[in-house]
Amino acid sequence: MYSPAIIAEAVVNGLMAGAVYALIALGLTLVYGVLHIINFAHGALLTAAMFAVWVVYEAFGLDPYLAILPLTPLFFGLGYAVQRFVIGPASHGNDSNILLVTLGLSIAIENALLAGFRSDTRTLNTDYGFQVVEFGPLLLSKPRLIGFGAAILVTVLLWLLLSRTDTGKAIRAVAKEKFGASLVGIDVAHVYAVTFGLGCACLAVAACLLMPTFYVNPRIGQAFVLVAFTIVVLGGMGSIPGALLGGLFIGVVESLCGLFLGDSLGQIGIFLIFILVLLVRPTGMFGAKA
Amino acid sequence: MLEVQNATKRFGGLVAVNQASLKVEAGSITGLIGPNGAGKTTLFTLISGFEKPSEGRVLFEGEDISRDEPHVRARRGIARTFQIVQPFAGLSVLENIAVGAHLRHAKRSDALASAERVGQRVGLGPELDKSASSLTVAGRKRLELARALATEPKLLLLDEVLAGLNPSEIRDIIPVIRAIRDEGVTILMIEHVMQAVMSLCEQVYVLAQGRIIAEGPPADVCDDPKVIEAYLGAGAAERLKREKVHA
Amino acid sequence: MTFRDIAPIVVLIALIAFVPAFITANTVLNFLVFTLIIALAAQGWNILGGFGGQFSFGHAAFFGTGAYAAALLQVRLGINPWVAFAIGTVVGAAVGWVIGYLSFRSGLRGSYFALVTLAFAEVLRILANAATFTGGAAGVLIKLDVRPGNFQFESRGAFFWIALALVGAVLLLTRWIERSRFGAQLVAVRENEAAAKALGVDTLRVKLGAITVSGAVTAAAGGLYAQYFLYVDANIAYGTWISVEVILAPIVGGLGTVFGPLVGAVALHGLGEITKLAAGSVPGIDLMVFGGLLVAAVAFAPAGILGLMRRSARSRGAARHA
Repeated sequence: MYSPAIIAEAVVNGLMAGAVYALIALGLTLVYGVLHIINFAHGALLTAAMFAVWVVYEAFGLDPYLAILPLTPLFFGLGYAVQRFVIGPASHGNDSNILLVTLGLSIAIENALLAGFRSDTRTLNTDYGFQVVEFGPLLLSKPRLIGFGAAILVTVLLWLLLSRTDTGKAIRAVAKEKFGASLVGIDVAHVYAVTFGLGCACLAVAACLLMPTFYVNPRIGQAFVLVAFTIVVLGGMGSIPGALLGGLFIGVVESLCGLFLGDSLGQIGIFLIFILVLLVRPTGMFGAKA
Repeated sequence: MLEVQNATKRFGGLVAVNQASLKVEAGSITGLIGPNGAGKTTLFTLISGFEKPSEGRVLFEGEDISRDEPHVRARRGIARTFQIVQPFAGLSVLENIAVGAHLRHAKRSDALASAERVGQRVGLGPELDKSASSLTVAGRKRLELARALATEPKLLLLDEVLAGLNPSEIRDIIPVIRAIRDEGVTILMIEHVMQAVMSLCEQVYVLAQGRIIAEGPPADVCDDPKVIEAYLGAGAAERLKREKVHA
Repeated sequence: MTFRDIAPIVVLIALIAFVPAFITANTVLNFLVFTLIIALAAQGWNILGGFGGQFSFGHAAFFGTGAYAAALLQVRLGINPWVAFAIGTVVGAAVGWVIGYLSFRSGLRGSYFALVTLAFAEVLRILANAATFTGGAAGVLIKLDVRPGNFQFESRGAFFWIALALVGAVLLLTRWIERSRFGAQLVAVRENEAAAKALGVDTLRVKLGAITVSGAVTAAAGGLYAQYFLYVDANIAYGTWISVEVILAPIVGGLGTVFGPLVGAVALHGLGEITKLAAGSVPGIDLMVFGGLLVAAVAFAPAGILGLMRRSARSRGAARHA
């Protein structure tokens, strides 16, 4: 049997990992909510962001947390351009085309990274990577705690952006009724691209929060993207609170499955939840309608 | 042939169809009219099986079909057209009709031959090899009709096949509909074009806010004060009568 | 099916069958056998995705099942490899039916269907990677025992012909589908599901039929793969690479056409070899090109290579008339 302390630690670790998962899922769910597409390139873009963190650290010695400042706008711009100049025009407004275009992008990005960086796994050697914080009887990893706080903060900021600003209003208008939005003068293609950019910006932040305790290789995105899909489906496609709750929940599930089933089988819990939710209640567990 | 008994359909809190009953006699053309949003198309979806009634029953040839799937009802002999036309855009006109014909003809060649006959009959002869997406609005309406006919139905549900057509196109298609009935197909049609309702239908049901508010021959129904008010608002019948007296 | 439907397929397969008479280099034959296996797997995907419009992102579930069944039945239970191969194909069909029943029953379509198939394939991959019966992460090795009765051959040519015969058989099957009621109804489901239902098409049954046949064909490709390389592991058999390959080939060749998957597989892998020759042994460079090509195909050639050829033939015809 496992002692309560070990289980508690697994739960807390799961929550901390889950917050960063939530951030990754947030980008996905935002894009889905507005563009009504599933972005299969999300994982590859995350990998690209993680490599970007590694590169600026190795080349300029830039601390991953400081790298948030340049990388977030950079990935916003990248996402904007990808949607505006590749996905939008290439898919001719057809849903299954979008599915294929983002799949093509993900293959291209992932393998470009493989060609550029080879398949080696890389890590950052920060001096705080292994620092811990005492929290009652628990020892918590300091960078993961920072990641937890920052991920929640970004979620709140994004929610404020959507609910309080004009850009947010335009995004929500397009999400509800794009034809109507275009009639009142909203540039739908621009809003789509901004949304996609925001999705990528979330990835850049997530990458910066992940890298101090995680590693990167060209295939790493795949592991995250399936988890992110699960969260999005679980939380309800397009729902921001759903993504946050779903992320925390999945983090805990993964952590507990890993504890009870071992690492190789650990992920299976997530996929089974994923399949069950899709089959039984594809609109998600936390309300938001697909 | 068809009987709807006290059918009710709720979507959440909204009651789209409320205790509606109607009867369609074999060999007749029956009309279903009513203001926009009255629930006419919802009632059609209950009859064709795309939605199941929350309460009440749908009987076809005396059998309860309320729980049958749409394709089972099509097999029994109920065919419908869609108000918003739904062509198989990637296929040719003939191939579109052949999908319907396959319901009664397993062999490809038989289905194509039958589809060609039906296409000729509704006046799509010259268009058979064209892509369905290249048709005009009138052409698409004819295609809807042809596909439904190709299933060799006993009862044909027409959902606004005349909407969006110009007067001369309407004049062209009315004889086609009458000919279909004369060949033994019973027809229930939702229609806004009153000229067509008056000239085609023997019996008309009026639906307003989900309820059947009137039924009878078209001329009687049109004079019914309840019907006038449903379309034009409370008090309208009174006003119209006064104006008629003054004129 | 008429003579005109069948003749081009028979002639094409007969012509390709002569290739080993001229080319005996093992590397080339290796390349051709591999390409044919991919083409076969892609033909399976095309029946469901191309004709039925249901885009599976998890056809590895079938490929892997065929591969593991062929390998495990002979290694663990001593069943004759030919029989094992046949059983693997049937099991692939069954897995197709089960996945189809669960997902189509719940009304999943479009990207939801793509996601759920992806998840099924991943579950199978994780299970195969962890279970001891499947050899875990070490995989399964089929003992080298070269006898035709044992589905192992002295010459690569023999294997080439078997792969080619299977591809030919599925070409005929696809042609039959195209000309049958089942095919007409399947295409109707792809184009407009509601309209198909109204016309009496049992859409659930049609989709289930398609995914069952699709699963069987792709599983056969998996079985062939195991028998040719005499080795399977979870990341090969249930890996995302094969799910992606089987989507790419039909789209590049011509989605929902009889020859599309074969043309696409040959074109892609030909291009892949050229890229590798040009760029040297940089890993991933061929797949990078494939990804770009997928985007370009969707953007500029939605009907694939066959569509482009037809278009240019037509415009040449038009030019001659002018």
